Amino acid sequence: MAETTLTHTDRMAPRPAGWQGIAADWASDQRAFKNVSWGKAMMWIFLLSDTFIFGCFLLSYMTARISTRVPWPNPSEVFALRIGGSEIPLILIAIMTFVLISSSGTMAMAVNFGYRRDRRKTAILMLLTAALGATFVGMQAFEWTKLITEGVRPWGNPWGAAQFGSCFFMITGFHGTHVTIGVIFLIIVARKVWRGDFDIGRPGFFTSRRGRYENVEIMGLYWHFVDLVWVFIFAFFYLW
Amino acid sequence: MAEATANGLGQHALHSTHDAVAAAKADTHQEHPIKLYLVVWAWLFILSTCSYLVDYFGIDGYLRWSLILIFMMLKAGLIVAVFMHMAWERLAMMYAIILPPILVLVFVTMMVFEADYTLLTRIAFFGPGP
Repeated sequence: MAETTLTHTDRMAPRPAGWQGIAADWASDQRAFKNVSWGKAMMWIFLLSDTFIFGCFLLSYMTARISTRVPWPNPSEVFALRIGGSEIPLILIAIMTFVLISSSGTMAMAVNFGYRRDRRKTAILMLLTAALGATFVGMQAFEWTKLITEGVRPWGNPWGAAQFGSCFFMITGFHGTHVTIGVIFLIIVARKVWRGDFDIGRPGFFTSRRGRYENVEIMGLYWHFVDLVWVFIFAFFYLW
Repeated sequence: MAEATANGLGQHALHSTHDAVAAAKADTHQEHPIKLYLVVWAWLFILSTCSYLVDYFGIDGYLRWSLILIFMMLKAGLIVAVFMHMAWERLAMMYAIILPPILVLVFVTMMVFEADYTLLTRIAFFGPGP
């Protein structure tokens, strides 16, 4: 089956604005997402489902934290690092946040250069994004090692409510997995860009479909989502 | 431009390729000045620093929670709107993606009541805690 025909918004009857326009777009016998390619729409819908997964994790963390009689360990102290003789609260997490935001910035610029068909800059920026992502995972591994040597387990910890460990390992572990998968796919897409696959329309090794520079943007959507989830984890788990 | 060829296969087969390419370009391309991304990047840094400082200075209580939530929502909004290009998407797409996560708040409310009830039962059966 060939790619579905794009509905061209410029060849359609004009839509009413606001809610009426949305209803018209969603009405029967037509594509709901007019000017969005199937690849981008499917990535968005996947991200929506992933939002629900992370939403459920954060919800269960909230439920556990509200319902426990034992005081919750203070994340500000748990994640403090001793640098130069003084305890700095939450410093590793702050650095991880900045690293991930920077990787989002380089990714956004990679998407931009991709549409300008600047192969070299796109590939370099994507590899930079992957490097920052790998740095993030490395720091997370350091954090996990530190907490495990201090005695944090999914069933208990030295400072308070036993649920702290299970919430921490589940939420940050799942997020770290997402980052790791993102790094792998970034490297794959960067290689394709570098080789010029999207210029010559070389079929992909798995789907046999021709890629486009839009693939870089779809990859970017996933990567920004990983950053987005971290914004929520940072706020609810580390700062709350 | 696979999209353009796909269009060519459809009912617009007689349209010139150039026309199809131009149409596809107008449809899917997201080209914005690099400066926009750098500005958003800078703002994300500022907002992250702010939320870190909330913890650093040990602000407590409702002020802490509201500040955390405000900085979080601003950061999330910037990422979704600019980095993920949601601000330039069609309204039908925006609502389809953004509305469902907001409905999770109903679930949150339910679980707050449930957790409060669990805590109450635990206190009633095991005492107010160690």
